Amino acid sequence: MREKIMEILQEVKDDVDFTEDRDFIDAGLLDSFDIVSLVDELEAAFDIEIPGVEIIPDNFVNVDAICELVESCMGGR
Amino acid sequence: MIKSVLDYLENSAAKYSDKPAIVDVKGTYDYETLLNYSKRIGSYLYTLGLESNRPVAVLLDKCKEALPCFWGINYAGGIYVPLDVHAPNARLQLIIEVIKPAFVITDEAGREKAVELFGEEQVLMFSAATACEIAEAELERIQRERIDTDPAYIICTSGSTGVPKGVVISHRAIIDFVEEASEVMEFSDKEIFANQAPFYFDASVPDLYCTIRNGATLHIIPAEWFVFPIKALEYIKEQQVNAIFWVPSALIVAANLRAVRDVDVTCLKKIMFCGEVMPVKQYNMWKKAVPEAKFVNYYGPSETTYASTYYVIDREFTNDEMLPIGRAAINTGVLILNDEDKPCAPGETGELCIRGSGVALGYYNNPEKTKEAFVQNPLSPYYHDIMYRTGDLVKRNELDEIEYVGRKDFQIKHMGYRIELGEIENAAMTLEHMKRVCCLYDKKRQVIILLYEGQLSQELVKESMKSKVPEYMVPGKVVQLEEMPMNANGKIDRRLLGEKYL
Repeated sequence: MREKIMEILQEVKDDVDFTEDRDFIDAGLLDSFDIVSLVDELEAAFDIEIPGVEIIPDNFVNVDAICELVESCMGGR
Repeated sequence: MIKSVLDYLENSAAKYSDKPAIVDVKGTYDYETLLNYSKRIGSYLYTLGLESNRPVAVLLDKCKEALPCFWGINYAGGIYVPLDVHAPNARLQLIIEVIKPAFVITDEAGREKAVELFGEEQVLMFSAATACEIAEAELERIQRERIDTDPAYIICTSGSTGVPKGVVISHRAIIDFVEEASEVMEFSDKEIFANQAPFYFDASVPDLYCTIRNGATLHIIPAEWFVFPIKALEYIKEQQVNAIFWVPSALIVAANLRAVRDVDVTCLKKIMFCGEVMPVKQYNMWKKAVPEAKFVNYYGPSETTYASTYYVIDREFTNDEMLPIGRAAINTGVLILNDEDKPCAPGETGELCIRGSGVALGYYNNPEKTKEAFVQNPLSPYYHDIMYRTGDLVKRNELDEIEYVGRKDFQIKHMGYRIELGEIENAAMTLEHMKRVCCLYDKKRQVIILLYEGQLSQELVKESMKSKVPEYMVPGKVVQLEEMPMNANGKIDRRLLGEKYL
């Protein structure tokens, strides 16, 4: 799953290195339209629906946070 | 008589002295404090010898402190120029070269950048300015001598050549817009606004002035909250905000990220937008979530003070339709002129030209560009009658509403047909999962190129376009982009795309 998420991140924004250990949001790596694409891609790839209330900075700060978010959405099905 | 935006501030301060005027995440200014700080800053600039109608820059993040700076500059008889504190120095340098501000007001966070750009001597600190004693008699004298056609602010837009243009807006123009909007939208002291647009954008003008004109309250929402708009909407709910003037992008993101669906924002009664095309798909998502609200599609360039036409949405729209931009605002004259500068017949596409008190005084320190865009009305050659050429193509529909077609610069001749690239873009935007589109014309090879950011495959887009536009308008080349390049003003960077694809 982690690999797939990395792939999606890279697709959404190919000019950014997401492997570096840093806070994606603090570093300003993703703007609002990136988040829209990212949510769309994650939902399509994992066949999930991410509820609006989960689309908050805490769930997108790094790859681990995104993994957890996807897992919790899969578990909810 | 209202002849200055400061009259609004003084009237509201007299009537609502301890009512919250401006609120940000760090605190609140009531009307009395707002007036007091504005006068202190005005007095400070007076003691520094600011000359009448000289520009003064304001380099601050989005915060309540910016507002007494703006009105303090007006108190001293100056013109305020909001700058983007996050913009690269190279761009700000270009603005400074054109505008040559006498001073810049900033805070601790902006000090270093301000010194780099302006040099130590021109940098004024907010803390020092607000500590200055009020020179009541001098401020009064300055105000007595000023007239409503004196400039209030300069907002910088990016010119097509890359050199910024400073749009000069008078007190008269602001008053004209605010009086009209307040009447049409029935604003009162009950209004609670939430500001989205940064102050260096014209889109923030209604927030500021509809607030102080009506004794209302304005909440300033931090820019970061729009990346994850749920936070912005939760704040709206918490503060019971009832009126917003937002740019479509902010509304689109809030709709696409389901913030609108999942947060109850039925406290909103008036939802107004301007600055770009609002797609019907996302409008419908908002409409579904806030069915009781009044939705208004405003249209207008910075050069005519926020908006010149508007459409109060009064019927249903399907996702493949476009929202009209409606009719001229009260006390605004709208002309649709063809290539021969003659009025267009209904249904005929022509350039939208605007007359009225809302029209800017021109571009600061740029007589050439001013002369090109602010011209004598060709229909009345016998006295001074200035109109602004928007460069936007529009037409009237069967209901006598104005519809936006595209930019005049993007009108092409292809296989003998006159085509608006904007029309192809609008059609492409109605396709599923389309985020951003841009249409270019390769004159040499005679090919229409459609560049897009979205999920559909290139083949599918090309195929779908055949059912959307006449054959001669179907793009010969369709290119899917990872990301649409944007310029400093948040618009699609056509220049860059042109360099790459033409």
